[in-house]
Amino acid sequence: MSLLQINNLNVRFGDANAVPVVDGLDLSVDAGEILAIVGESGSGKSVTMMALMGLIDAPGRITADSLTFDGIDMLKLSGRQRRKVVGKDIAMVFQDPMTALNPSYTVGYQIEEVLRQHLGLKGKAARQRALELLKKVEIPAAESRLDAYPHQLSGGMSQRVAIAMAIAGEPKLLIADEPTTALDVTIQAQIMELLVNLQKERNMALILITHDLAVVAETARRVCVMYAGQAVEVGQVPELFDIPAHPYSEALLAAIPEHSIGAERLATLPGIVPGRYDRPQGCLLSPRCPYVRDNCRAQRPALDPQAHSLVRCFYPLNQEVA
Amino acid sequence: MTNPTSNAVTQAATADHSQLYPSPYKEFWQAFSRNKGAVAGLAFMCLIVFCALFAPWVAPHNPSEQYRDFLLTPPVWLEGGTWQFILGTDELGRDLLSRLIQGARLSLLIGLSSVVMSLIPGILLGLFAGFFPRLLGPSIMRLMDVMLALPSLLLAVAIVAILGPGLINTVIAIAVVSLPSYVRLTRAAVMGELNRDYVTAARLAGASLPRLMFVTVLPNCMAPLIVQATLSFSSAILDAAALGFLGLGVQPPTPEWGTMLASARDYIERAWWVVSLPGLTILLSVLAINLMGDGLRDALDPKLKNAA
Amino acid sequence: MLSFIARRLGLLIPTFFGITLLTFALIRLIPGDPVEVMMGERRVDPEMHAQAMERLGLNKPLPAQYMDYIGKLAQGDLGESLRSRESVWKEFTTLFPATLELAFCALIFAGVFGLLAGVIAALKRGSLFDHGVMGVSLAGYSMPIFWWGLILIMFSSVSMGWTPVSGRIDPLYDVEPVTGFMLIDTLLVGDEGSFKDAFMHLILPTIVLGTIPLAVIARMTRSSMLEVLREDYIRTARAKGLSPARVVFVHGLRNALIPVLTVFGLQVGTLLAGAVLTETIFSWPGIGKWLIEAIGARDYPVVQNGILLIACLVILVNFVVDILYGLANPRIRHQR
Repeated sequence: MSLLQINNLNVRFGDANAVPVVDGLDLSVDAGEILAIVGESGSGKSVTMMALMGLIDAPGRITADSLTFDGIDMLKLSGRQRRKVVGKDIAMVFQDPMTALNPSYTVGYQIEEVLRQHLGLKGKAARQRALELLKKVEIPAAESRLDAYPHQLSGGMSQRVAIAMAIAGEPKLLIADEPTTALDVTIQAQIMELLVNLQKERNMALILITHDLAVVAETARRVCVMYAGQAVEVGQVPELFDIPAHPYSEALLAAIPEHSIGAERLATLPGIVPGRYDRPQGCLLSPRCPYVRDNCRAQRPALDPQAHSLVRCFYPLNQEVA
Repeated sequence: MTNPTSNAVTQAATADHSQLYPSPYKEFWQAFSRNKGAVAGLAFMCLIVFCALFAPWVAPHNPSEQYRDFLLTPPVWLEGGTWQFILGTDELGRDLLSRLIQGARLSLLIGLSSVVMSLIPGILLGLFAGFFPRLLGPSIMRLMDVMLALPSLLLAVAIVAILGPGLINTVIAIAVVSLPSYVRLTRAAVMGELNRDYVTAARLAGASLPRLMFVTVLPNCMAPLIVQATLSFSSAILDAAALGFLGLGVQPPTPEWGTMLASARDYIERAWWVVSLPGLTILLSVLAINLMGDGLRDALDPKLKNAA
Repeated sequence: MLSFIARRLGLLIPTFFGITLLTFALIRLIPGDPVEVMMGERRVDPEMHAQAMERLGLNKPLPAQYMDYIGKLAQGDLGESLRSRESVWKEFTTLFPATLELAFCALIFAGVFGLLAGVIAALKRGSLFDHGVMGVSLAGYSMPIFWWGLILIMFSSVSMGWTPVSGRIDPLYDVEPVTGFMLIDTLLVGDEGSFKDAFMHLILPTIVLGTIPLAVIARMTRSSMLEVLREDYIRTARAKGLSPARVVFVHGLRNALIPVLTVFGLQVGTLLAGAVLTETIFSWPGIGKWLIEAIGARDYPVVQNGILLIACLVILVNFVVDILYGLANPRIRHQR
């Protein structure tokens, strides 16, 4: 049984008729697995995770057939019960570390807060544990950093602190929401390495939300490609990269600069993600899809198993290479 | 080229584009009219301005005419009131409504002239402080700090204490008091603009210093200044009334709102209207201007929305 | 932290001298002959005139006069009142506690209710309460407080008879001024009736003086709180599984308070200016009323150095606020 099971998740902002930001999403994550979620901005990756964490406020509305974590139905929990899970068993690392830490409190205080809240550690014990955590995330001179304020740290250092804070509750699932996007290129690899090492060592599940397909190729075992709030393809890593079945996955991969070597221009997918007013009636990709046919414009495909992966397309690609 | 929104683009725009992008004035009005309070404030101010402009024709009576048979007549809706004096009369039998209308003239005059008298030197000093950050700038700013160390009303009181009470001295005192905020605001805006590329471009194109100051930079600093001018207009009215109330402003029998309140104090137990109505007029006018100021700020300068 | 304080202290010195220049110029800018103006009569006897000029130090060149003035200030000599022949410093210190007591109560009133209203309005954004707070605070911000005082007196004292009209305490009670703070002094006396009376006397002036700061603090707290609640670190705090109260008060309010604190400090100046009006309305025997009476009586030494003292007070308070600001905001403290 999987650690996290999401079935038919919908998130809307506004009334029940509003265009869903997350649209019938199915997703499962096993314990100790790395799942990558890729897709362009506004495709609903972060919102999905925020919904899981219970961080969506009114006017946001969440509905799902099931949203089960570790055997607990997250939708049925009261706020108080959910806060016992969130921050402890599920933790999250955010995109911009420079703004994700509270500027008014020391690093040590913010880590100890988690320890106090979820593990009941206080005083010296909490401080000791916080120090261990800082060492764990490879912060040099960890003792002196405990009393540092966030503005005294660099971006990479702040992200390490944020990771330390996230793993403080010994989570079974860590969600990293574009953890390296806001960092310098040189730091990005270090942070990814740290995350993967921690994942292996603690055997926790890791959901990695990212734009960076190179990172996905190196780290994840499974990928979910999202477009306009829907999962369009879910598959294993080498296969999905080598023989993408959904036109959007293909376009994403083609957009990697390395794939355009020798070409005059970088490959791009024309157009933008549909907004709330120009949502097509048929397949959401139909206005941009190079392979579009008539019934694509009229009907929406479902996420169905194909040769190598789950694909939301009437005419999946690369099916003959079996 | 003097402005970040280049003229060439506007001219090249076709008829279709002009419909897509409303003119700056229309765009401003759309943003402004979205704020209902601001529109209400504007409407009330229009009424006040109308009364002030046409006071001799709007006012039912001569404001200093004393009707000896009608001392402290209550307003018309109270027992003993007459339609002759809609808002009642004061202790000398003068028509309250006419005095309030005449007072609107004075308050607007004081507000307007003190804003002009502090806006112009304030902008000049601010421009100089911004353009000469080495020696002149800091000395101007220190001077402004000194002026800011005194609460505005107290500084006004001090100035009137030297110059003596009266209409013109009230205007001077209020103008001096509101000077520092214009200087600081202009300087801050200028410093922000000086780093922009269009200023560098104008410099490289050989623009002279006065041109750089007044044609290139100043127009782009106007938004916060307009908002500040509105707000200091309302505080000018308040301060003038306060000075009048303390007996340091416009002297009786001139019907200034604050002065009227001061002389009405003795009738607090017998005639509430002579106390309530002038103050209510002050409150409503100041409120109207502040509402307009909020609307202006939202419409002109979204960055300032959360300031204040 | 110490170097932070030292740097701020250094900035005070030029401001202080600027203010002495201002008050020094004050007396010399009076149109006409200063001696005649002060004595309130024309054609003063030439000998007496010369004596007065000598006594006031007005017969020397201006720079020397200024040096004299600074020298006297350094010795703590602020001159004496032309009316009472008391030293200005002594008059100031006797009257100041009354103003301080009033200002303190007004600040507490404004701070408590302003913060409360602002935080609740921000948390219930768009609600009826929020609109109410915004409307009332805008009205409060536009309030001519001298009129507001009269209205309150008219309603509460004249019509209802709830509160006394003026003064600090009923002359019936003879309270010995120990601290100068009526609330404390009456407690020291141990007479419950006099304490209650002093308290009743404080209510209306406190409300009147606190109205504008209340409005400003409520508005500021609301907008600052709204801004902070959108910050990423609030999302982080929620993702840690902290309780909503902890998220709002520990992570939100602490940061939202930083700009509010500055506004709070700036309000002290407004408060002292408001004290001039409030004390005049309520015949409150403080420095505001003292100053206005001195202006009316052309008591220039009092006007000059009274203004100097008040200005120094404002600078001092702003300095303290600056330091507190540094304590509350680590980013400022570490600035080099």
